[in-house]
This record gives sequence, C-alpha cells and structure tokens, in this order.
Amino acid sequence: MGDEPLAALPTAQPLITDERVRTPWSEFWRKFKRQRVAMVAGAFVIVLVVLAIVAPWIVPFDAETFFDYDQLNARPSARHWFGVDALGRDIYSRILMGARISLAAGFLSVTVGAIIGTLLGLIAGYREGWWDRVIMRVCDVLFAFPGILLAIGIVAILGGGMANVIVAVAVFSIPTFARLVRGNTLALKHLTFIEAARSLGATDRTIVFRHIFPGTIAAVIVYFSLRIGTSIITAASLSFLGMGAQPPTPEWGAMLDAARSDMLTAPHEAIFPALAIFVTVLAFNLLGDGLRDALDPKIERR
Amino acid sequence: MTQYIAKRLLGLLPTLLLVGLLVFLFVHILPGDPARLAAGPDANPATVELVRKDLGLDRPLPQQFVRFVNGVLHWDFGRSIRTKRPVSSEIGDRFMPTFWLTMWSMVWSVLIGMTIGILSAVWRNRWPDRLGMTLAVSGISFPAFALGMVLMQFFSVQLNWLPTVGDDTWRHYILPSITLGAAVAAIMARFTRSSFVDILGEDFIRTARAKGLDERRVVVKHGLRNALIPVVTMMGLQFGFLLGGSIVVEKVFNWPGLGRLLVDAVDMRDYPVIQALVLLFSLEFILINLIVDVLYGLINPTIRYR
Repeated sequence: MGDEPLAALPTAQPLITDERVRTPWSEFWRKFKRQRVAMVAGAFVIVLVVLAIVAPWIVPFDAETFFDYDQLNARPSARHWFGVDALGRDIYSRILMGARISLAAGFLSVTVGAIIGTLLGLIAGYREGWWDRVIMRVCDVLFAFPGILLAIGIVAILGGGMANVIVAVAVFSIPTFARLVRGNTLALKHLTFIEAARSLGATDRTIVFRHIFPGTIAAVIVYFSLRIGTSIITAASLSFLGMGAQPPTPEWGAMLDAARSDMLTAPHEAIFPALAIFVTVLAFNLLGDGLRDALDPKIERR
Repeated sequence: MTQYIAKRLLGLLPTLLLVGLLVFLFVHILPGDPARLAAGPDANPATVELVRKDLGLDRPLPQQFVRFVNGVLHWDFGRSIRTKRPVSSEIGDRFMPTFWLTMWSMVWSVLIGMTIGILSAVWRNRWPDRLGMTLAVSGISFPAFALGMVLMQFFSVQLNWLPTVGDDTWRHYILPSITLGAAVAAIMARFTRSSFVDILGEDFIRTARAKGLDERRVVVKHGLRNALIPVVTMMGLQFGFLLGGSIVVEKVFNWPGLGRLLVDAVDMRDYPVIQALVLLFSLEFILINLIVDVLYGLINPTIRYR
C-alpha cells in the first residue's frame, strides 16, 4: 500500500569520499543493509520464490489428484504436515503449489501494470499538453472504480479464471504507476542536467529513457514491491469470491473459501492458507518499506 | 467556497460521462448477445427478437447510449434478469446495510488508526511505535476474508459472544465492521505517523515548544491540525477501499448488502444489476472524493479560493 509520497531521486551524483566511489547502487546497499527487518523479509521472499519454482519436485503428494480417503479432514501429522482437507488432499502440498500461483499472479500483474503505467507516465509528464490530459483523464476514470470492483468488472467481461484475474489486477495497477512516474517526470524535466542533455542535442527518446527514467526508477521499485502485496491479496480475494482460480486448483483464496464449510470441525484447513497469504504479503510489505527507507533521499534521519 | 464547489462539480462531468460510457459499453463488449442473455437460455428466436426490440438493442449505439443515460437520470436501470424485479428496487433494499457497515468501519478505523499513528509519531522508535507499526503492517498484510473467518470462528463460534451472520441488531455490526476496517485502520496509522513525524520536525513546532507550551498542547493544537491535511485526503481514498472491501466481507458474514448482490449478479451473469452497481459504486467514490476535496479546502486555507 503505497501511502507515503515519494520524491524523485536524481541519480548519478558520484561523490568521492574515502577512497571508494559511491555509486547509487552502493549507496542503496549501504542504507538497505541497516534495515534488518527488510533484509530478513527480502531473504524470505527469495526463499519463497525458490520454493515456488521447485515446488512440483519437492511436494510429498500431488496437490490435485492425490486423495487420502482414510484421513479426510485429518489434523496435521508427520505424514501430512499441514493436515488433510475435506476431499483427502494433502494441505502442505497444496500450499506449496499455491505459492506458485499467488507469486506468479502478483509478479505478472504488477510487472505488466508497472511497465504500461511507467511508459504512460513518462509520456504524460514529458509531453504535457494533450497527451497528458488524455492519459490522466483515463487514469481518473480507472481511479473512479475502487480496485477490486474494477477487477470484478473485468472478470465479469472476460470470464473467471486466473489468467483474467491477472489482467484485471494489472489494469488497476496502471494508474498508480502512471501518476507516480508523471509526477516525478514533471519534477525532473526542468532540472539543469536535462537542459544540458538537450543542449548537447540529445533526442527526446534519449532524454526520457537515459536521463529521466533512471530518476524515477527508485520510486517505481518501491511501489512495485508494495503493490505485489496488494495484488496477491486482490487475486486471492477474487478466488475467494469464486471468480478466480477454479477447483481443484490449489489457490490460497480458493482453499479458504472451500474451508469455510468445515471451519467447525477442521479449522486447520483455513488456518494454513490464511497464514500463507499473510506471511507472503507481510514479507513483500516489509521489503517495500525497507526499500522506501533506503531509496528515498528525504529519509536520512537516523 | 461555493464557487470552488461548483467548479469541482463541473470538472466531474467528463469523468462521469466516461464512466457512464464504459458501463454502457460493458454489455456490448461481453461475449454473446445481450438480448439472448436477457431473454434467458430457453427462449426461442422470436422471443429474443421481441426482447431485443423491447430493450432497444436494435437501435444504433449512440441512440442506445442516450436512452441509457436518460434511464439512469430517472433512476431506471432496467430489470434484473434473475429476479425480474426492477434493478432500482433490488438496490434500494440492499443499500442501507452496506452504507452503515461502511460508515461504522470508517469511523472506528479512522479513530483507531489516527490514535495509533499519533502515538507512534510522538514516541518514535520506542516501544509504542514499534508495537503500533507492527500491528499496522500486519493489518495491511492480512486479507479481510481471512480475518473475518478467524474473528467469526473465535468470537461467534468458540466464545459465542457475538452473532455469526445477518444484520438484525447492532451486535451484528461489530465483527463485519472490524473486519472491513482493519486494513484501513492500518493504512491510516502508517500514514498519520509519517505525516506527524514530518510535522513534528517543522520550525513552528520548535517555536511552540520554545515558548514553553506543554507537550500535549504542542501535539494537539499545533501538530494535529497540520498533520490532518494529508490524512483527510488519505481518508477519502480509503473509502474506495472500503467499498471494494465490503464486497468480500459481505460474503464472509452473509451480509444482505450491495457487495453480495454484486457477487451473486456476477455469478448469475445478471448484467443490468452489474451495470447499475458498478455505476453506483463509482459514483459514490467520485462524490466522496469531492467531499474530501472540499474538506481539504476547509482545513487548509491556502488552497481555498483557487
């Protein structure tokens, strides 16, 4: 949830202190290293991504087609670490496979949204005039629908299913990035170094991509990380509402929906998917907070 | 002030028109024939043609759009495919439960969120701050539907203190509004904290302290009013979040509101209802943002007469 505004960060100001050259990258790493919580969250995200990639080879049981009919609704045990669901499927295997779906949904939708939004923001901010008016008006309209409502509308048009959920979540990420990048572009384009580049005869394209874009990238990365958490929750919410992943797909939101009827007898069926979503989103949010503190030049308080 | 509001209202017209156009086109970009959908799966071709004429779907698109806008202005959204009742009365029945749920969630989440945010800013980097911010980051990371299920399991099923589903008494409102408001409270807390931290570093706060005001007065009188400006804007944006969130929460608590109506309508492909609800939700969101802008002008005199 990107709530605090982020200022544009002029990059590439090599200052020679000590003997070592400070690049923007080493500066970032120096500040980011101090954020212990964010480091842990980042490490956790990496572990999660690796687990998600290798999940099909490490799950003890098949997530969709293995049924243990003798242990319906069984509590966690040595054989089934997270227990068994109402149909006899191993919940641990389903959670691991679900990580693939949720992470893919989060990454893909935000990546698409960030790329389109950044391009639109660069165009709107750099060109101003009509381009700006049209793009920002479209963003206003997209903003006029509360996020999940827009997603539901898109799913209603395209039909259910995870692919359409990703499209829907991507669409509602676009205006956030467009506005953010537009604001930073407007702030950057009147700075002296842009003027210098122009006076050297740089083309518009060079100015936008070589000089303005690097200045907005810090803000985009922070929003990217914070947005992934929101997107994972939105995608899971749509599946929970029955509009996203369809059974037997082991999607976390869909698993929670299925667990509702057995809450009384088998609460573990709801607890594990809920925890999985919580821990994953928490990691992305903590990582995003850490990145913001490391990348925002305004925050140099400690 | 009046002039400012009038100007803002006029500025909304293009956005409203675009939203209306999108919602109108919604039925036409759907796969399949809208007349066929409205007539039902077992209708014969003659009936489909009759329905097409009846709904005006045989006329050119611009004419249909004018008809649609005219209908909306007269509060006529057609009839629900599922229940055959006018969409306006379907919505009328469901409006109040959602309205009150959203209001209660907003009230408590703003109060709690701002309190946590202010306390965290005042005791920055000490234990109240760490506790508050841990709560807040957890709040934005826990999905509403999962929170609702956990709360219901604990307070309604195990402890039997509160009712599970329905909206009959005020006790029914407690759990759903907590579920819906938790994320907003968390966002408000984080936002209030960062806004307050900025304000507490300003020169006028140092001046207030230097002239010997006690800390409580400095925080409440000098800090709060200035920190409130961005917080009010944030509040407006969160309304959209609540409207969206209510869709999920209403499913968990089987709440007889607009969110459930929308979910059912999407399930049943009840397009007139979806159209009307999407329009209503976005209209509400736009209006709330307008109110926020006006409030913003009231709190911050520097932008008032622009």
